[in-house]
Amino acid sequence: MRPFTQHEGLMVSLDRANVDTDLIIPKQFLKSIRRTGFGPNLFDEIRYLDPYSAAEPEKERRPDPEFPLNQDRFKGASVLLARENFGCGSSREHAVWALDQFGIRSVIAPSFADIFKNNSFKSGLLPIEMPASVVDAWFETIAQGTNVTVAIDLKEERLTDSEGGEFSFAIDPFRRHCLLNDLDDIGITLQSSDRISEFEAQHQAKFPWLFREASL
Amino acid sequence: MAKTLYDKLWDSHLVEQREDGSALLYIDRHLLHEVTSPQAFEGLDLASRAPHRISANIAVPDHNVSTDPAERAMPGYSGVDDATSRLQLETLDTNCDRFGIPLIDLADNRQGIVHVMGPEQGATLPGMTIVCGDSHTATHGAFGSLAHGIGTSEVEHVLATQCLLTRKMKNFRIRIEGEVAAGVTAKDLALAVIGQIGTAGATGCALEFAGSAVRDLSMEGRMTLCNMAIEAGARVGMVAVDEKTLEYVAGRPMAPTGDEWDRALAFWNTLYSDPGAHFDVDIELDATVIKPHVTWGTSPEMVVSINDSVPTLDANASESQRKGYERALEYMGLRGGEPISSIAVDMVFIGSCTNARIEDMRAAAEVVKGRKKAANVERALVVPGSGLVKRQAEEEGLDQIFINAGLEWRSPGCSMCLAMNADRLEPGKRCASTSNRNFEGRQGAGGRTHLVSPAMAAAAAIAGHFVNPAQLEAVS
Ligand code: SF4
Repeated sequence: MRPFTQHEGLMVSLDRANVDTDLIIPKQFLKSIRRTGFGPNLFDEIRYLDPYSAAEPEKERRPDPEFPLNQDRFKGASVLLARENFGCGSSREHAVWALDQFGIRSVIAPSFADIFKNNSFKSGLLPIEMPASVVDAWFETIAQGTNVTVAIDLKEERLTDSEGGEFSFAIDPFRRHCLLNDLDDIGITLQSSDRISEFEAQHQAKFPWLFREASL
Repeated sequence: MAKTLYDKLWDSHLVEQREDGSALLYIDRHLLHEVTSPQAFEGLDLASRAPHRISANIAVPDHNVSTDPAERAMPGYSGVDDATSRLQLETLDTNCDRFGIPLIDLADNRQGIVHVMGPEQGATLPGMTIVCGDSHTATHGAFGSLAHGIGTSEVEHVLATQCLLTRKMKNFRIRIEGEVAAGVTAKDLALAVIGQIGTAGATGCALEFAGSAVRDLSMEGRMTLCNMAIEAGARVGMVAVDEKTLEYVAGRPMAPTGDEWDRALAFWNTLYSDPGAHFDVDIELDATVIKPHVTWGTSPEMVVSINDSVPTLDANASESQRKGYERALEYMGLRGGEPISSIAVDMVFIGSCTNARIEDMRAAAEVVKGRKKAANVERALVVPGSGLVKRQAEEEGLDQIFINAGLEWRSPGCSMCLAMNADRLEPGKRCASTSNRNFEGRQGAGGRTHLVSPAMAAAAAIAGHFVNPAQLEAVS
């Protein structure tokens, strides 16, 4: 995992609600058995004018100039602004990997789908929930041609923007602690090994049928 | 204190509750498939960790497999054309082999979509906690179990620790009361629920389906309903245990027997929400007014009944809603006001973990029996959910009914539900599909998906356009 403490970056706006994980990383890229290499195919189906060809994966493709992530004004953007229910649909963590590998460090939206939100913390991608009115205002500003930069401080749970706005946000305390201190979930859980073993023994005594070898 | 079903399942698996709200939940069953597991196994390797409890795990390949019977007859994975798919399938085999995880391989007649295989084998039992690196794991909640879809890092976490690191969700109950009209299926109930509460309606909640219409459903129907809980935003969907649950489970290969069965029953019979238990959200739907449903847009909440038309935009819609609506219509190649029954389809897909069980096969066969596929329907794929469903259907002669009607009878797998294999929609083509997601590109880049029940998909194959199966006679 990558820690997250503070981050300052340019915001890029994707004006869609219900951005699903199929859109973030389409299924043809889920065949990889690795954790890396997803960045170039982030939003693949709406990012390029030419469709992806599995036969010629390396082929140059023309970026769609309408798509925000392709526009010069958003070059180097690291904070993605979107509408409600971001990351709905499939549980594929590849969606988080693709965003992260493209260079996105934080997604800001009025709401997120549960599994996506959970997954994003695992790669140090910070999902920030902001009231719809605040998100609306940023969309408006950006649509009018003004770029917005935000500075995110996870420790203080505060965010300031280049327009002079100051906002607070809330992150699950456990997740915040892990991100700030670069802690790995499995490592933390294994600190409770004794408790897990103790529970497991009681559980097995109560529900022995759950512990049979799979008879395949 | 009165507890909900979710409270009971949570409490009986809670290993550790921490002050910050996070908790460790013990996991009884972990289902694995080829797409979301390789990076988890790699993670175990890198940290020199081993799976905590082998017997909790079962793996099966499903997402990438070919469903062409001729290709499936070829040895091993040689029938899988695409080298990257083949590597992913082989990687599952290798990982299972190395870590000692039980695998139902492609040659095994029990192979199938992970959410069809689990219940069939009794790997899914009431009162269990079940996880799988797949969002439709909610399916298994039909058995009064607590089933979460998880991401790959969580797959690794569960492998290493046998626990899910999570926090308690809210309790949300939907009671669907009354008797449904003839021809209204579990799929229609699911779509009606999503149409009502929206795709984010149950985000952060464990969703219990209750009420007489839910009790009236078969186990297959309850699985269809719970399967789509995620399409309403809920990670978890559940139905309380009753006689039907027990009847389904009894005699399954991995179900308890003898004394253990009796002990299990004593626990399973407590798996319902107590009267007076607190629900954060509790709503009721009238089953009697629900009609067969068809989605018209690019989100499962964009749904209307078969007698309706593609909706026109609400006058009070916000700018963002207007954009979403227009984008969906443009993508789908439709106009507001167009009657659903006038929409012609190019393809039909009957399959997926939502609707590929024997009951679904029967419902579709009943509609196409003695009829012929419409000429404008290029292909109609029927993909059973597992080898066992396939065999059962063949014993009942359903395969011949499909073939005689001009539909294709395939081998089990996820197939055109997400089109990772060769079964996919070409750009601009329109499909009546029994799967669960109509997102842009879900069934193939540029493909247009309409979600329907198996009977509706079968009726569309015959009529060439959407039609209420009950009115098919008049059309053909
Ligand atoms: S059938 Fe579709 S939804 Fe179900 S597990 Fe396979 S890909 Fe996922």
